[in-house]
Amino acid sequence: MSVIEKETRIHTDQDYILQANNIKKYFPIKGGILKHTIGHVKAVDDVSLSVLRGETLGIVGESGSGKSTLGRVLLRLMDPTAGQIVFEDQDITKMKYRKLRPIRRDMQIVFQDPFASLNPKMSVSELIEEPLIVQTSLTKAERKEKTVSLLEKVGLRSEDRFKYPHEFSGGQRQRISIARALTLNPKFVICDEPVSALDVSIQAQVLNLMADLQDEFNLTYLFIAHDLSVVKHISDRVAVMYLGRIAEIAPKKNLYDTPLHPYTQALLSAVPSTDILHKKEKIILKGDLPSPSDPPSGCAFRTRCPMVHDKCSEVRPELTEVGSGHLVACHLYTNK
Amino acid sequence: MSGMKLLEVSGLKTYFYLDNKAVAKAVDGVDFYIRPGETVALVGESGSGKSITSLSIMKLINKPGKIQDGQIYFGGKDLVELTDKQMTNVRGKDIGMIFQEPMTALNPVFTIGNQIIETLIRHKKMTKNEAKLRAIELLKVVGFPRAEETMKEYPHQLSGGMRQRAMIAIAISCDPKLLIADEPTTALDVTIQAQILDLMDEMKKKFNMAVLLITHDLGVVAEYADRIMVMYGGQIVEETTIEKLFLTPKHPYTIGLLESLPSLEKEVDRLGAIKGTVPPAHRFPVGCRFSDRCPKVMSKCRDANPSIIETDPEESHRVRCYLYE
Ligand SMILES: Nc1ncnc2c1ncn2[C@@H]1O[C@H](COP(=O)(O)OP(=O)(O)OP(=O)(O)O)[C@@H](O)[C@H]1O
Ligand SMILES: Nc1ncnc2c1ncn2[C@@H]1O[C@H](COP(=O)(O)OP(=O)(O)O)[C@@H](O)[C@H]1O
Ligand code: SF4
Ligand code: SF4
Ligand SMILES: [Mg+2]
Ligand SMILES: [Mg+2]
Repeated sequence: MSVIEKETRIHTDQDYILQANNIKKYFPIKGGILKHTIGHVKAVDDVSLSVLRGETLGIVGESGSGKSTLGRVLLRLMDPTAGQIVFEDQDITKMKYRKLRPIRRDMQIVFQDPFASLNPKMSVSELIEEPLIVQTSLTKAERKEKTVSLLEKVGLRSEDRFKYPHEFSGGQRQRISIARALTLNPKFVICDEPVSALDVSIQAQVLNLMADLQDEFNLTYLFIAHDLSVVKHISDRVAVMYLGRIAEIAPKKNLYDTPLHPYTQALLSAVPSTDILHKKEKIILKGDLPSPSDPPSGCAFRTRCPMVHDKCSEVRPELTEVGSGHLVACHLYTNK
Repeated sequence: MSGMKLLEVSGLKTYFYLDNKAVAKAVDGVDFYIRPGETVALVGESGSGKSITSLSIMKLINKPGKIQDGQIYFGGKDLVELTDKQMTNVRGKDIGMIFQEPMTALNPVFTIGNQIIETLIRHKKMTKNEAKLRAIELLKVVGFPRAEETMKEYPHQLSGGMRQRAMIAIAISCDPKLLIADEPTTALDVTIQAQILDLMDEMKKKFNMAVLLITHDLGVVAEYADRIMVMYGGQIVEETTIEKLFLTPKHPYTIGLLESLPSLEKEVDRLGAIKGTVPPAHRFPVGCRFSDRCPKVMSKCRDANPSIIETDPEESHRVRCYLYE
């Protein structure tokens, strides 16, 4: 039984907005004078997950673990090398642009660096109205009304619509990106490190705003970040990625209270804590993340794992359910 | 205040003269000291003046910036008075430095080995051979098991964490008494951050160095520093021990920062965000620089900027706020 089938079986009454089955995304590495393909970066390597309507699914993992690539593939901003993407019961994996276009309205993305993702030559009102012009038949007056109401929703003023991105601070620019992502009333929003570039006081403002908007508009979030505390705060369930694979996925409480995968355990122990009265023991991992173009055989984590044993280099551990909704890919739990 | 001081900064002001006649008061009256072997953290959000404070200590301020006023006593000398030539003997020798982005500090055209050897020959007057042996030893200390091979590698051949370790090897090569680390792990992932911070801590104990640790991460501070200074608007607004800062924070800005931080230990529904944004250094509000964001603001706060005063019988908790006068 595949992971997805298992998950479906457990939550038969659950309503999935998105399901991803065995997604792979390999980037060719070109070399030599003739620019032949000499290998592949396995940015995402057989990932299956499903997102429940209305939840926030957090994705954590170190730089290069494939989080952003996965997000882009799920929205079809990139085509997967293999696998299947089902959005609201429609297989969108190979869907042509014309058919995909109306579905695109329902799925949006907010990026880490709002400066790079907002066209500096466009005013705020142009930025927010652009999707309305392309995708709807609203009149000019209706578009203006919508823009003003969105700006107010994200905590900006209606006069701000005449300004340009460079006239705003980082936190304000992120509010503009959020307003822009919400113009078409999407159902599903992928947030790729939306607060990573912000100072903590501003990060808190934006996180609070995102939670309010989720309630108001019934949004489903896929929230990508490398900050485990931020992900804990905002998510209902959390997936931990390592080298293009999911190491562990579980409801937030299980993942943070009883992490099972040795990588999750190390990751959580390494987060510096402001709780000076309860110092925790750190698991210091040796070495760096291996290259995704040449991942270790068997378990991808075995080169740094404190619990590594013979089987780990031979057999790749499959993501297996070990508790209600708690799945882990490690031989320590799948041997039994 | 007890014990002797390794570094004492008083009344430091570093200003930038902008094209439009505006003056950015990046550092505007900063006083603090560091004792030998102590780790003191300087925290604050971006633009609060942390990096300019550390660059001022190293005298690496370039036009249109200028150390406007103040003294920086280190080893009995006022660094502000030293010539550029005299400063080159302090920098890299008595004071080592680690930056956020090691690529800007490592020279891309020289091997890691050459860069350490060069530093040792210049400051320690070693022969080439002595320097080479010492360089290999240092690379082993900072965790390169194949140090002989690492000597021959160029910075771009190393990962972010390895580069930062190479930077540490260079920074500690001349047994500095003070190590200034400006956001040494901000660009790194948590598991690598833990490796680097542990290494810095080990080096500090081994060589009895003092560390000025600049960061915006309060978790890092709580785990690695002895004392902490919170900076806002070019000034220190609170300075105390780690215990007092995290258990009994006093300045409204510090309290706001702590409340806005999501944590692994406690669950909150909403984060306590501070309204507004950090003001730019050429446009501080009149009066208390935090007054336009402060939840406790009073009318006198808008008239004059409070001075930093001692609020603790043990003389170890300075705060810049009218609530404590
Ligand atoms: N367009 C591309 N061409 C080739 N390789 C790519 C491309 N995009 C990503 N990669 C590689 O795929 C791997 C995963 O990258 P990805 O950006 O998804 O990681 P990430 O988890 O989002 O990291 P970060 O935390 O740094 O944002 C990396 O090794 C990256 O270098
Ligand atoms: N070269 C410069 N010219 C003008 N202003 C500068 C320059 N460098 C820094 N500043 C200003 O000085 C203030 C403090 O900067 P900095 O010390 O780099 O902050 P931090 O390290 O705390 O993020 C900021 O307002 C910044 O814009
Ligand atoms: S499978 Fe083996 S190497 Fe991988 S995480 Fe489990 S114990 Fe460690
Ligand atoms: S002096 Fe006034 S405005 Fe400034 S921090 Fe204290 S209470 Fe707030
Ligand atoms: Mg990314
Ligand atoms: Mg800085």
